[in-house]
Amino acid sequence: MSLKQKDLVSIASLSTDEIMMILETAESFKEVSGREIKKVPALRGKTVVNFFFEPSTRTRTSFELAAKRLSADVINFSPSSSSVVKGETLLDTARNIEAMQADIIVLRHPAAGAAETLARGVKSSVINAGDGWHEHPTQALLDLFTMREKKLDFKGLRVAIVGDLAHSRVARSNIYALTKLGTEVRAVGPPTMIPAYLDRLGVRVSYNLDEALRGVDVIMMLRLQLERQGRALFPTIREYSRLYGLTAERLRLAEPGALVMHPGPINRGVEIAPEVADSFSSVILDQVANGVAVRMGVLYLLSGGN
Amino acid sequence: MIAGNKTEKKQEKLVMDASEVARALTRIAHEILERNKGTRDIALVGIRTGGVHLAHRLAKRIQEIERGQVPIGELDITLYRDDLAIRKDQPVLRKTTVPFNISDLKVVLVDDVLFTGRTIRAAMDGLIDLGRPAEIQLAVLVDRGHRQLPIKATYIGKNIPTSRDENVKVFLEEQGEEDRVVILNESRGGAP
Repeated sequence: MSLKQKDLVSIASLSTDEIMMILETAESFKEVSGREIKKVPALRGKTVVNFFFEPSTRTRTSFELAAKRLSADVINFSPSSSSVVKGETLLDTARNIEAMQADIIVLRHPAAGAAETLARGVKSSVINAGDGWHEHPTQALLDLFTMREKKLDFKGLRVAIVGDLAHSRVARSNIYALTKLGTEVRAVGPPTMIPAYLDRLGVRVSYNLDEALRGVDVIMMLRLQLERQGRALFPTIREYSRLYGLTAERLRLAEPGALVMHPGPINRGVEIAPEVADSFSSVILDQVANGVAVRMGVLYLLSGGN
Repeated sequence: MIAGNKTEKKQEKLVMDASEVARALTRIAHEILERNKGTRDIALVGIRTGGVHLAHRLAKRIQEIERGQVPIGELDITLYRDDLAIRKDQPVLRKTTVPFNISDLKVVLVDDVLFTGRTIRAAMDGLIDLGRPAEIQLAVLVDRGHRQLPIKATYIGKNIPTSRDENVKVFLEEQGEEDRVVILNESRGGAP
């Protein structure tokens, strides 16, 4: 039992069977994370390199913990402290890492397609931890895992994804995953943040949050990238928050017991009201906990002998 | 030709029938109680998948004999296998469910067939990651010999001498089969 490819670059390239296999494998690893001794020897002697060209605390820590709980050796590599600042290309740096017998490279990079390029250029397995606006597959997998844990069945589930879908790799990976599994996906946000190709993926687009929330089982809020303010995507944060922020009142429009998700980091009071983020509906911290189990699953499945 | 071989020559030799399996389990249940002087502080942990069914049966018999409840756990040893790094395909993971603290308990590991001993080595490592048992004992339905590690069972249903390329298979009701142990005469592939 393994994934068909040596890498995990995108959700788009996974079959539904592979997605379900990853979720089931992660289930076993959730039990390991609940133990007093949170370590199993499955990846003993393997080396995992975290190669992060963008700031990240959650994802990098999550991958690091996942690898360590599997007994792999972990090296963290960031461009500011490496020869990348001296002008070495991505592939050359990666080949050097590979020459030191790295088994798995976890890459986060600001350019879409960086993970694919790397995967083709090295023999090590490559896991995409976010490449530009393209994909962030392990985030979508941990979101799926969290939904399955709470709701069980993807078929017939209704999920609203709210915010800047145009610039969100999290949204894109989730849309690929959820539509493959037969889930109804609604995209909500200001027209400037909704890409044109969404209808082709079978996603229902809405510009009105109140209307889109009616009857949904899961509300997935995206982070408003405040650094984009002033790029004509939205007039003011206050207006965005009034139109697309999730408040306790709006939450009542969804199905009773609907889940509130957010990939983090959250902007309290902007896209999500503090009382919603801290409510019983919120599974934001479950997502973080499940992230470790899902990444353990992916590392395990990609680490078969060669 | 390989396919033809398989259908043609798959000789089954019955070595234990349903009543022999039942009597062996009853005896093991008695031996567990005798050695541990009752049910106090003992727990049964079955190794997936066959061992789990046998652990449940032993617990039921122990309860019938002494009226004491014995906690049962289910152990998946996959992550502790010694061949993970050399296998091409990763084996399917199943869940470990040991819903009690094993520290200071006398844990009886239960498996269907004892062969090279590698599974038991992995199981002991897995168990010790969950706590520090006072003692680990081993109950197996069949000991077929050919040990590759210095491991010995505490309770044995039946010793069955085999050659290395024979395959001993335990069928159980829980898997929709009639209880029995057979020797299959086919060449085995890969590590156990």
